[in-house]
Amino acid sequence: MKFLSRFYMALIFFILYAPILVVIVFSFNGSGSLSHFSDFSLHWYRELFRDGEALSALKNSLFLAVTSSVFATVIGTFAAFGISRAKRRYYQVAVETVSKIPMMNPDIVTGVSMMLLFVGVASILKLSNVLGLWTMLIAHTTFNLPYVILSVLPKFRQMDKSLTEAALDLGCTPAQTFFRVELPFIVPGVISGLMMSFTLSLDDFVISHFVSSPDFKTLPLYIYNQTAHEVKFSMYALCTLLIFVILILLIAVNLAGSAEDRKLRKKNRAGAKGGRG
Amino acid sequence: MMKKRILSLLACLLLLAMSTTLLASCGETEDSVTLYVYNWGEYISDGSDGSLDVNAAFEEYCREELGLNVTVNYSTYSSNESMYAKISSGSAAYDVIIPSDYMIERLVAEELLAPLDLSLIPNYAYISEEFKGENVYYEGDSDLVYSIPYFYGMVGIIYNTRDVAEDEESLGSWDLMWDADYTANILQFNNSRDAFGTALYKLGYDVNEATDAQWREALELLRQQKAVIQGYVMDEIFNKMKSGSAAVAAYYAGDFFSMYEDNEDLSFFYPREGTNRYVDAMCVPAASQNKELAMHYINFMCNEEIGVANAEYTYYASPLTTVIANAEYQECMSEVHENAMEILYGEMASSVPTQPYMNLTPERLTMLNSLWEELKVESSIGDGIYVCCGLILAALLALLIYHILKKRRWAKLYD
Amino acid sequence: MKKQSVFERLANAPHLVWSALFIIAPLLFVVYFAFTDRDGGFTLENILSLSSYSGTFVMSLGFSLIATTVCFLIGYPLAYCMSRASEKSRTILMVLLMLPMWISLLIRTYSLMALLDNGGLVSTFLTRLGFQKLTFIGTEGAVILGMIYDFLPYMVLPIYTSMTKLDKRYLEAANDLGCNGWQTLFKVILPLTTPGIVSGVTMVFVPSISTFYISQKLGGGSFDLLGDTIERQFQNAVTYHTGAAISLVMMILILISLAVMNKFSDSEEDIIV
Repeated sequence: MKFLSRFYMALIFFILYAPILVVIVFSFNGSGSLSHFSDFSLHWYRELFRDGEALSALKNSLFLAVTSSVFATVIGTFAAFGISRAKRRYYQVAVETVSKIPMMNPDIVTGVSMMLLFVGVASILKLSNVLGLWTMLIAHTTFNLPYVILSVLPKFRQMDKSLTEAALDLGCTPAQTFFRVELPFIVPGVISGLMMSFTLSLDDFVISHFVSSPDFKTLPLYIYNQTAHEVKFSMYALCTLLIFVILILLIAVNLAGSAEDRKLRKKNRAGAKGGRG
Repeated sequence: MMKKRILSLLACLLLLAMSTTLLASCGETEDSVTLYVYNWGEYISDGSDGSLDVNAAFEEYCREELGLNVTVNYSTYSSNESMYAKISSGSAAYDVIIPSDYMIERLVAEELLAPLDLSLIPNYAYISEEFKGENVYYEGDSDLVYSIPYFYGMVGIIYNTRDVAEDEESLGSWDLMWDADYTANILQFNNSRDAFGTALYKLGYDVNEATDAQWREALELLRQQKAVIQGYVMDEIFNKMKSGSAAVAAYYAGDFFSMYEDNEDLSFFYPREGTNRYVDAMCVPAASQNKELAMHYINFMCNEEIGVANAEYTYYASPLTTVIANAEYQECMSEVHENAMEILYGEMASSVPTQPYMNLTPERLTMLNSLWEELKVESSIGDGIYVCCGLILAALLALLIYHILKKRRWAKLYD
Repeated sequence: MKKQSVFERLANAPHLVWSALFIIAPLLFVVYFAFTDRDGGFTLENILSLSSYSGTFVMSLGFSLIATTVCFLIGYPLAYCMSRASEKSRTILMVLLMLPMWISLLIRTYSLMALLDNGGLVSTFLTRLGFQKLTFIGTEGAVILGMIYDFLPYMVLPIYTSMTKLDKRYLEAANDLGCNGWQTLFKVILPLTTPGIVSGVTMVFVPSISTFYISQKLGGGSFDLLGDTIERQFQNAVTYHTGAAISLVMMILILISLAVMNKFSDSEEDIIV
């Protein structure tokens, strides 16, 4: 049984990774063919770094991911606070449902609806050239919002109400209470929301595809454009680099994770001993 | 707990990203002009493999000759129709676009193009007489010039000599694109005008004046073809033909040479029934914010040196007399393929009847659009798929009913 | 109860404005475009003309249904095996599972295409083994395979999460009460992991019914799924009205499927990962 389950896992993961491995291996192929490996060479990596378009796409992607995730986090955190404080239950449910729409809808519908909004408003206002950085920023912030709210709202709900009441009784204004008492408590939720929106925005292709213009291209759009035309092998080099960055990040996060777990367990054990003593 | 670690690590990453972005944006200079150029994919010498980077050269030219700090923003499209969608919706403004003949006619008719000021484009003198005055490649107001030819060429069929035997009967004709011997190895255009063009030429009809019934007949032919082709593609064709994953494809003559460079098994012919001769020309959209600079760009593209660089990169036929006469260019082309000049400019090109695409009437365009939709929408999927779906749906339904019944039973028990 | 302070009332305001402008308004625009013609007059033409796309709807639904089912059949045992592994190997398995989710879908789809292409590694390998020359790209199987390959991790992750949350004592109890392995699986584990299954199914079904990149690359443009049709309406031909109508109907279709799916899950809370 054990062997069987190991074999099964190995098989599935092999299938899952085979295409990725092929890309990695053949990005070092000097001859620029995907079926025949001729010689090891870093030629395509050199080509990649000469490609200004790819580098500017990377820059745009990072800029967009940072700004949109920060916007979404600020708006979303206050929103979660407001929702958790709302008195009427139906109001809470309604606001939460509306904010979840971009998450439930298929990306393509969100993208199309955004594009119709921008183009429609532009034609009413007689603007041209409306798509670009701003529309991308708005779209990304919008689809990031529900994820922020989703990770912050539970923190507000978990929070002990008496802490807030104590602060208010001791003379804090509601705003002071929010910044001094509640915010520190919900920080983990805020950060996880921020991170999630950062990665989502970095990765988004479908929505960007509809609301972008050629003067603001992100990395996924660049890759799409490459695969729609003649694929240069430097794209495989780019993919390989991206895969390695993600791999290193994931491993680092997990290592940091298990180290902290161990520390925590030690602490708990020590605490338990101390308690008994 | 694990989350916390992830968070702190990712927070560091975020900070890093933020600082790089800030640094990067600091590096940009203030008073620069951006020129938006929208061109077909793989249609300009871009500096790869030691060629001349034309856009960079233009930026340098502007700095030195015009004293302007210009950045060229270059982006690409893969069909006239997708370019038209962007231009006509007004969702993006470009300064230079390079549509084909029939699309220029349409854009002119819809007043989306600005007339060119030829005093800013002295190099217009070097454009071959074939493309001027009476011979202009689109119908419209001939007093105004809306476009300067960039490249021209003809549609032909590229095939792999490893898969297609020399004595194949359908060689030399559009029939090769319908030949069931090459099922799943044929590539068709992924744009309505060119795809319907192949069928109309094969049927021997006029691509501009065909009647409703003839268009329907063409659709019928394309439907039959759907069973034998591997797919509808545009520029993906390069990788597919080079790697040998498809054997037969209709595409533009110039692109054949780029494929031939990497795969010498490929060969090319113009179908004897007749084919399309197209002219892609540079235009300035009416919405452009930098019309004067755009015309400088167009003039720059007609320089002999730049023209040669582009022609040696794209391998399309150049309308510039200076380029055709250029000895270096001729030598380069004959190195690529022994018959290159012949295929592009010579006997071979003039041996088959050709016809340009004209702009269609709005009613025809709507019809073409709906015919294309009809073709694309229709897919013959295997019966196995339906059987699987039916089984899955039946299983789901059974589960749902079982679930509801169970719930009821439990509810009763509790009562 | 105390009256709400101004701060508490205003905290939600930016979000409400944002939602109204960029969530509700765009959807209203979709509805508006779906029910108007080029001149802005009300018409049902767009919706009625969708009958010519019925084949597309059926095909998309069929493809994503099969992909979702296969993902479940492969993914559930995988999640089960993973949750049974030792703690240390679970961390590694988690990284292995998350990595493909973080890599752009475009890259993974394209690399799968490169692998399956005529003259690609798979067909070269098969012909060397003596098989006939096989074609994958441009077949319905390739499109479905692409969906399965791309979205499998999204199925496994929520199921795996709900399995690790499973209280081990339930299994022990089931064992003590005389259930064998299969009975435990069907009577205890499966019902208790339903929320994970529902969210996994959603996360595979919704993107695969609306995809256009997978069918473009792996289907060679011969299989026109809903996503392709919508994308073409917006990016190639300026017929926003038909595109909006298809989007609207697809949205409603998906909402109905989600509602049906939620019938399966007993628990009130949705697990969204």
